[in-house]
Amino acid sequence: MLRASIREISAALKEGQVSPTELCQKCLSLIKATRFLNAYITVAEETALKQAEASEKRYKKGQSLGPLDGIPVAVKDNFSTAGIETTCASLMLKGYVPPFNATVVQKLLAQGAILLGKTNLDEFAMGSGSTDGAFGPVRNPWSYSRQYKEKCLQNPKTQNEDGNWLITGGSSGGSAAAVSSFTCFAALGSDTGGSTRNPASLCGVVGLKPTYGLVSRHGLIPLVNSMDVPGILTRCVDDAATILGVLGGHDLKDSTTVQDPFQPFQLPSLTELKNLCIGIPKEYNAPGLSRETLALWSKAADLFEKAGANVVEVSLPHTSYSIVCYHVLCAAEVASNMARFDGLEYGHRSSVDKSTEALYAATRREGFNDVVRGRILSGNYFLLKQNYEKYFLKAQKVRRLIATDFANVFSSGVDILLTPTTLNHTVPYREFIKEDNRTRSTQDDIFTQAANMAGLPAVSVPSALSEEGLPIGLQFIGRAFQEAQLLTVAKWLENQVQFPAIQLERIVDHLDIVSHQEQSAFFS
Amino acid sequence: MAAPMLRRCSNWLRIRKLCLGKAAELHGRAAPVAASALCREAKEPASKKSRDASWAAVVGLEIHAQICSNSKLFSRSQVQFAAPPNSLVSFFDASLPGTLPVLNRRCVEAAVVTGLALNCTINKKSLFDRKHYFYADLPAGYQITQQRLPIAVNGTLSYSFCVGKNQSEVITRTVRIKQIQLEQDSGKSLHDDLRNQTLIDLNRAGVGLMEVVMEPDMCCGEEAAAAVRELQLILQTLGSSQANMAEGQLRVDANVSVHRPGQPYGVRTEVKNINSARFLAKAIDYEIRRQIEELENGGTVLNETRTFDFKLGCTVAMRDKEGKQDYRFMPEPNLPPLILHDATSLPAHANPQQVVDIDQLRENLPDLPSAKRAKLVERYGIQPQHSFTLLNEDGLMEFFETVMKATEMNPRKVVGWILTDMLGYLKKHNLTIKESPISPSLLAELLNLLGSGRISSPAAKQVLEEMWKGEGKTPALIVKEKELELIRDRNELEHICQAVMGDHQNEVAEIKKGNQKVLNRLIGQVQKKTRGRADPALVKEILEKLLS
Repeated sequence: MLRASIREISAALKEGQVSPTELCQKCLSLIKATRFLNAYITVAEETALKQAEASEKRYKKGQSLGPLDGIPVAVKDNFSTAGIETTCASLMLKGYVPPFNATVVQKLLAQGAILLGKTNLDEFAMGSGSTDGAFGPVRNPWSYSRQYKEKCLQNPKTQNEDGNWLITGGSSGGSAAAVSSFTCFAALGSDTGGSTRNPASLCGVVGLKPTYGLVSRHGLIPLVNSMDVPGILTRCVDDAATILGVLGGHDLKDSTTVQDPFQPFQLPSLTELKNLCIGIPKEYNAPGLSRETLALWSKAADLFEKAGANVVEVSLPHTSYSIVCYHVLCAAEVASNMARFDGLEYGHRSSVDKSTEALYAATRREGFNDVVRGRILSGNYFLLKQNYEKYFLKAQKVRRLIATDFANVFSSGVDILLTPTTLNHTVPYREFIKEDNRTRSTQDDIFTQAANMAGLPAVSVPSALSEEGLPIGLQFIGRAFQEAQLLTVAKWLENQVQFPAIQLERIVDHLDIVSHQEQSAFFS
Repeated sequence: MAAPMLRRCSNWLRIRKLCLGKAAELHGRAAPVAASALCREAKEPASKKSRDASWAAVVGLEIHAQICSNSKLFSRSQVQFAAPPNSLVSFFDASLPGTLPVLNRRCVEAAVVTGLALNCTINKKSLFDRKHYFYADLPAGYQITQQRLPIAVNGTLSYSFCVGKNQSEVITRTVRIKQIQLEQDSGKSLHDDLRNQTLIDLNRAGVGLMEVVMEPDMCCGEEAAAAVRELQLILQTLGSSQANMAEGQLRVDANVSVHRPGQPYGVRTEVKNINSARFLAKAIDYEIRRQIEELENGGTVLNETRTFDFKLGCTVAMRDKEGKQDYRFMPEPNLPPLILHDATSLPAHANPQQVVDIDQLRENLPDLPSAKRAKLVERYGIQPQHSFTLLNEDGLMEFFETVMKATEMNPRKVVGWILTDMLGYLKKHNLTIKESPISPSLLAELLNLLGSGRISSPAAKQVLEEMWKGEGKTPALIVKEKELELIRDRNELEHICQAVMGDHQNEVAEIKKGNQKVLNRLIGQVQKKTRGRADPALVKEILEKLLS
């Protein structure tokens, strides 16, 4: 039952096959059983059960709030949640309980969704592994899947000892792991340079980054204000569309959301691809792209072509400059956004109190990890009067060129771009930490951050298992505010590839008390 | 608000005490701007020591005017002076992470009308920037301001001041306005040196400010003070700021330098924290003199920030860490460009709540002080310098005009009564014209008694004195009760005059010898006897007749 999609579980709730409280309890039990994944920082058991109870009352009265009523969800721990600790996986905000809900959280709750807890991440979302948080790294559920273990057994080189567990990608790794391990039906991530799509790809789930300005950032603790977008992680494309339908639209509290009315939509099943033009950006065949991912990418292109779509190679000539400019802009905004963490109003405060300046310095040294401090330092360097033009302004100009690259391609008749999401499938933690955070981010965000630079919607769809039995995702990038088209195409591919469900029998099944008979009702 | 935010609650309570103490001290009504001696020297070099004449001073001003609005620039918190500390603080004002700025339309309109009144070009597109510095009363670690592209640029402000004997000569000058930018105010820090702690009040944090930057077109404290005074009146007329210096709604920083005429400008200092109109001219003139002395003594002027110590009456160098700070300006990413419209660019189906129409604001601009003064001079024929005085206090012009409607008296005389007698009294009792116990209609009634010859001028003053008591008695009643009505009965006056002459034989003899001046002494005696109630013209006529 926990493996169901939102549509399926929503129908089950409606028909009374399961009650919101039962469902919530099952999820909470599974969260406990999968504690070792470290996907959650805070589990809001008490409030979740209360919300489930309220939902149950509504169902009994026949006053369900809609398809999300009673559906357990998780939220990345950089979204403010009223009354629930919000840490950003940083000592700086340990113990910080916001007095208000982020708009997206508020919208989910208003639809009756059950907030199970807050998911783990890289500190302040700075990272691509979910390995650099104050509360430890997140483990990829696929480390424990039958698919991966079987392959490992065949290959004596990769003995799956415990130390060989795999990373989730990041920074929304907790949310991806939570959705992938069936502890919730959908999760919010945030996406600044690929933080939703990257872990979605590595954990075998759908990760949607909406158009900048479509979904409110109010209450999302910022990384880069001009690129941050709340992301959506689900187990299928339809579910992502459902959640987006709830989250999208203008918010008075976020002046960067567009004022045009937003209509929730359902995705049609594409039967006719004749009028569709898929662009394959040649620059995305980049050094480091794995053989398998390249093959999958090209296989997907063939699928579209065979189905009648027009598949064309296109060029985004400034792609190679994107990542370095992304880092300059990111660091600059980080330096600015992090200035508020001074220990005065909220969060960690050092006991050093010789002077206000000493208090600031000690508080910030104690509260932030090396990655955050490093970005603050370089960001402030880029913003110095003497450097502003050389770095920040130049990066902004390149950002404009990158947006123009996309605009040119789309105006040439291309509807959707198809690219890899990441260079390769996930790697063991041991491997991952051999490189520092900055190097990893540079490699891992390579295909994803350009969409943030241009503000475009993009989605990662799990497309195949690698030879090692690990998920590989492909990315679609669409025109601004054309999420419906983007997701429709993504759904078509999803149907074609029939990505296998993760097999976590040993962990999940003894908790999922539903009989096989009932299960087969969902998965006949 | 969340518990973690309130953890310094007990400290904040202490702030309140401090705050009130400070407020009480500052609450005294601002005295009129003092004329500065130095300025006069500059204008009349021939009569002055050659030393000062060989130097020219350059003064530029940066003025922060707090916008008069119900809520703050980017949040819904109320704006209110002297509210309990930290009682007007939204999540955004306290910089809780994840909060975003939402621009207050009212503040934008205030800046636009101010720009229009100062003859500025209003930028249809302006931008917001972050200015970074760490300070305890700046919770976000940056101030949102308009560094690159402000809302209004290239304006002018004409201001005048009175010089000469009786302040009868009006000099008018113009200062260029470089720009007006919208920005956030900071909170307030109170340093408790005794306990080695700083108390923070965030009520003011995020309140909307207009920073008006004036070009260095002034040359002395008096000019600067007059320019600030005129700006203050304009802001108050527009309602864009209450511009009360005592309450910190108008704060002036002055850039001051001196040089030899014909030479390039000298190194400038910035004089900060001139928070009272009274000290504005003093602070600038002190700084000019200090720089001249420094240079004449072979020293140099440092590019530094100085603060005016009103107790010592001098400027003092501030510990100058701030001056060399790099503010690391960056575009504010959470606010789209601010787009204003005029009649030609107004979108067809625009929601009036979502657009600011410059042309509409221009149409609704009220009469500015300069226009009001011109009208007063034209309509009533009063002296130009009196029109300044009438505009100088809020409500005084209206008082005058209401009186004028109810009396036939010559406007110049009415002005005399209001500016001399009324204002003198009000000042003595520290009252504003709006608090005056004498209403315009009562004053008009009194002036009508005087005008119609029913009472004498000294008697009128007596009546006025009685009216101050605020017992609500009409002037006519007071005249009756106190028997102040002019004695115009010829027979009665002749009797009195004869009695006076009988008592003052010496004077009578002198007058008869031809010393007419002594006549006044006799008239005075008659008035003394009648307690000022005798018609002076008639008395003179009778005495002259009796003595001839």
